[in-house]
Amino acid sequence: MSDSDASSPSAAPARNYLNFATTAKSWLLTLDHKRIGLLYLISIAFFFLVGGFGASLVRLELLTPDGNLLSAESYNKMFTMHGVIMIFFFLIPAGPGVLGNFVLPLMIGAKDVAFPRLNLASWYVYMTGASFGVAALILGGVDTGWTFYTPYSSTYANSQVILTGLGAFIAGFASILTGLNFIVTIHKLRAPGLSWFRMPLFVWAMYATSIVVMLGTPVIAITLVLILLERGLGLAIFDPALGGDPVLFQHLFWFYSHPAVYIMILPGFGIISELISCFSRKRIFGYGFVAFSSMAIALIGFFVWGHHMFVSSQSVYAGLIFSFLSFLIAVPTAVKIFNWTATLYKGAIVFRTPMIYALGFLGLFLIGGLTGLFLSSMGLDVHLHDTYFVVAHFHYVMVGGMVMAFLGGLHFWWPKMTGRMYFQGWAIVTAIVIFVGFNLTFFPQFLLGYLGMPRRYHVYPSEFQILHVLSSAGASILGGGFLMLYIYLPLSLFIGRKAPRNPWPATGLEWEVAESPPSPHNFETTPVVTEEAYNYAHKDHAFFEQDIVDILPEEDENV
Amino acid sequence: MTDPSVDTVAEAIPAESAPLINHHISPVTLYYKIFGLLMILTVITVAIARVDLGFMNIVMAVTIATLKATVVALFFMHLKYSAKVTWVAAAAGAIWLCVMLALTLADVLSRTWIPTPEAWL
Amino acid sequence: MSDAHSSPYLHHHFDTLEQQRQASSLGMWVFIAQEIMFFGGLFLAYTYYRALYPEAFAVGSSLLSLGWGGFNTVVLICSSLTVALSVHAAQVGNKNGIMRYIVATMFLGVIFLGVKYIEYHAKFDHNLVPGRNFQFEPHDAHAHTAPVEFELPALVASAQAQVPQMAMPAMDGEALHAEEEHGELSFDPRHLQIFFSLYFAMTGMHALHMIIGIGLMFWLLRLAGTNRFAPEYYTPVELFGLYWHFVDIIWIFLFPLLYLI
Repeated sequence: MSDSDASSPSAAPARNYLNFATTAKSWLLTLDHKRIGLLYLISIAFFFLVGGFGASLVRLELLTPDGNLLSAESYNKMFTMHGVIMIFFFLIPAGPGVLGNFVLPLMIGAKDVAFPRLNLASWYVYMTGASFGVAALILGGVDTGWTFYTPYSSTYANSQVILTGLGAFIAGFASILTGLNFIVTIHKLRAPGLSWFRMPLFVWAMYATSIVVMLGTPVIAITLVLILLERGLGLAIFDPALGGDPVLFQHLFWFYSHPAVYIMILPGFGIISELISCFSRKRIFGYGFVAFSSMAIALIGFFVWGHHMFVSSQSVYAGLIFSFLSFLIAVPTAVKIFNWTATLYKGAIVFRTPMIYALGFLGLFLIGGLTGLFLSSMGLDVHLHDTYFVVAHFHYVMVGGMVMAFLGGLHFWWPKMTGRMYFQGWAIVTAIVIFVGFNLTFFPQFLLGYLGMPRRYHVYPSEFQILHVLSSAGASILGGGFLMLYIYLPLSLFIGRKAPRNPWPATGLEWEVAESPPSPHNFETTPVVTEEAYNYAHKDHAFFEQDIVDILPEEDENV
Repeated sequence: MTDPSVDTVAEAIPAESAPLINHHISPVTLYYKIFGLLMILTVITVAIARVDLGFMNIVMAVTIATLKATVVALFFMHLKYSAKVTWVAAAAGAIWLCVMLALTLADVLSRTWIPTPEAWL
Repeated sequence: MSDAHSSPYLHHHFDTLEQQRQASSLGMWVFIAQEIMFFGGLFLAYTYYRALYPEAFAVGSSLLSLGWGGFNTVVLICSSLTVALSVHAAQVGNKNGIMRYIVATMFLGVIFLGVKYIEYHAKFDHNLVPGRNFQFEPHDAHAHTAPVEFELPALVASAQAQVPQMAMPAMDGEALHAEEEHGELSFDPRHLQIFFSLYFAMTGMHALHMIIGIGLMFWLLRLAGTNRFAPEYYTPVELFGLYWHFVDIIWIFLFPLLYLI
C-alpha cells in the first residue's frame, strides 16, 4: 500500500511527507501524524467495505418476507458483523484517526501531535483489535448484535463473543491513545498567537470528541472485561440466575455507547463548520456558540444514556430524568444547525463537492436529530423501541450525518493529503448518487418502524414487503455510490491534476502556510497566528474569482 | 494569518514560559508527614468500621478514603503545585464517576417507589 | 530551527523542555482520568449490587481477611512514600537515591502481590471462587478470618435459595443478627457469588495494574542505571510516580469497600 501512494506525486522536486522516504518500513514505523492518518484511512476504507458487505446481505435477505437467502442464525451474524465493524472499526476511528490525525496538528501550527509514538501505537492497537474482529468473523461470526446484551452474550450465545469482545476492547485503547494525544496537543502545541477562540471549529470539535473518548471508552472496556470474565472464567456479574442484573450491563454499556455516538458525530460537526464557512465565503455565524455547543454536547451527552432503557426494567423516575436530559441535548445541536444555516444566508455559495456533502448533511442530520426527539419521549418510545424507526434514526445520524460529513471532509482535504485534485464531475455525481440512495434506503424504514416492523428480524409479514423492497433498491444505489469513491479517489493519485497549495481557497494554517502535500515537519518555520479563524471577508473576491473559477475548467478536462 | 517576519520560535514565545526548571520540589519531611497522616487515617478507618454505626459506617469509610485519596493526590502527586488544567483533568475523572454513580442509582433506588403488581410476583 | 533551546532530552516537535514536560505531565493526568473511569465501571457494579443485596455483601465482607487487607494497605502506603522519595531524588539529581527507592518500591509491590496470592489461595481452598464449585461453608470460613461475632448456620446451598429481592432493607447488620437468631439466613447465598466475583474482578484488576507497574520499574532502573536522568529531565520517573500513586488510591477505596463494610 505504501510505495505507490508515496511515489505518485513526486513529479515536483519539492520534498514532502510522501516522497522524503518511500520504503515500506518508513511507512510502518512512521511517527508522522500525516502518514499515520493515511494508514488509518486505508484501514477504515477496508473495514467500511467489509461492513458494507454485511449490510448488503442484510438488505438482500429482506427483499422477501420469507427469509429465503440466509438462515436466521446467519442473518443474526450478518447484522451483528455489520454493526460491530461499522461502529468500532469504522465510525469511531474515522473522525479522529483519519482526518483528526492528518489535519489537527496542521491546523494548530504544530510539527506533530504531542506523543508521536503513542500515535503510531494507536494504529497498531487498532489493527490488533480489528484483527480479532476479523478472526471472529472467519471463525464463525458472532450473533449477539453489536450491543452484546447480557445474559445472552455472557452465558447463552454459541458464537465468537470472546474474540469480538476482545477486538472491541483493544480497539477502544486505540481511540483512548488518540484522544489523549489530541487533548495534550491542543493544550500544549498551539502555534504562537493561536488562542482558544482563534482555533478552527474542527479543532474544538476534536477537543470535545477527545474528552468523550477519554471519559467514556474506559467504561466500555471494563464492561467488556466483565463479560469476558463471566463467559470465560465463570464469574457471576450479570447472571440473573444468581441475582445478577442485566440492567446493570445496559447502564454500563450505554454510559459509553450513547456518548460514543457523539464520538462519531462530533468530528462531523467540526468538518461541516469548516466546509460551510469556506464554501459560503463567510465567517461562520456565531463562532463562540458553535464552539461551546460542541463542548455542551460532549458534557450533556454523558447524561442521557438511560433513554436506551425506557422499556427495560429501569425505574420510571430515572426514565423521566433521562428523557428530560435527552431533550436538553437537542438545544446545543440545534444551535449548530441554526448557525450553519445562518452562515449560508447571504453567503457567496460555491457548489464544490465538499459543499454538496455539507448541504446533504444539513438536511439528513436534521431529520436524524428530530426523529431522535421522538425516541427520547418515553411514551412514544414504547411504541417505537426496537423497531426500524430506531434503525432509520440511527442511520440518518450516522450515515446521513457522519459519513456525509466524513466524505465532505475527505474531499475537502484530499488535495492537501495527496497533492492531487480528484475529478470534480465524478465527485459531484457520486455525492448526489449517495444522497439519493441513502434517502431511498432509510426513509422507508421510518415508515416500516412506525408501522411496527421490529429490528433484527429476517422474516416479516408480507404487507411490509413494498417498503423493504424500496429500501433494498435504495441500498443498491447507495452501495454503487460508495463503490464509485473506491474507484475515482485512488485513480486521482495517478492521473489527478496536481493540487495547488490552497485550491478552494480556504483560511487556516493547513491551507495558507503548509504546502500540498505538506513537508515532513509540516512548517518550515513555526507559523504565528495574528487573526481569528474564517476571516473570509478579509479575503476579497479576487481570490474567489481567480482561483475557484479558473480551476473548474481545467479540472473538467480530466473528467 | 501568519507573520513571516517572526521566524524564530524564541521570539514568538512569551518570556515567562522559557525557564527550563520551575518545578516545585517538596521537602522530604513533608512526605514523611503525609505518610504519617495516611497511616493514622488507616487506623481510624479500621477502628470506626468495628463500631456499628448503621448507615454511617459506609459514609465514614468513603469519606475517610476520599480524604486519603485527596492527600495522596495533592502532596504525593504534586497536584497542589500543578497547573489549573491538571486540576481540571483530575477533577473530570472524579466528577464523571459521580455522574455515572448518581444517575445509575437514580434508577436502582427509585425502582421500588411504584410497587410491583401482585400478579407479577 | 530552535537550536538555541536544543537539549539531548528535547524531542523535535517541542520548542522547550518545559513545554515538553508540561505536555507529558498533562498527558499522564488525562490518562489517570481515564483510569478512574475504567475502575469506575467496577465501582458502579459494586455500588449497584451493594444497594440491591446489602446483607450478602456484609457477610461476604466478613469472610475476607481484615488482617491481610490491613497489612496490604500499610504496605501500599509505604510504597507510595518510597515512590515519592524516588521522584524527589530525581528532582535533586540523586541517581543512587532514585534506584534505591525504586528497588524498595518493587520490594513492597512484590510483598503486596504475595499477600494477594495467599488471600486468593485461601479463597480457592474454601470454595469461595465463583463458578461451579462455589460453596458457602460459614464454619470453615470463620476459622481463619473472623471479625464476625456470630455463627451462621450451615446450609444446603440450593435448598434455601430465595427469589432475588429488589427491596431495599437498611444497610446495617441488624437484620442479619435478628434472623440469625431464628436460624435462618437473611440473605440469598447466591448473592455471595456476586460479591466474590466483584472482589476478584476489582482486586484482580488492581493487581494487574501493580504487575504492570513493577514491569515499568525494571525499565526505570535501566534508564537510571545508564544515567538517562538529570534534574532537567526525569519525566519517566515523575510519570511512573503518578501512576503508582493512582494505583495506591484505588486500593485506598477498595480496602474499606471490600474488607471493612
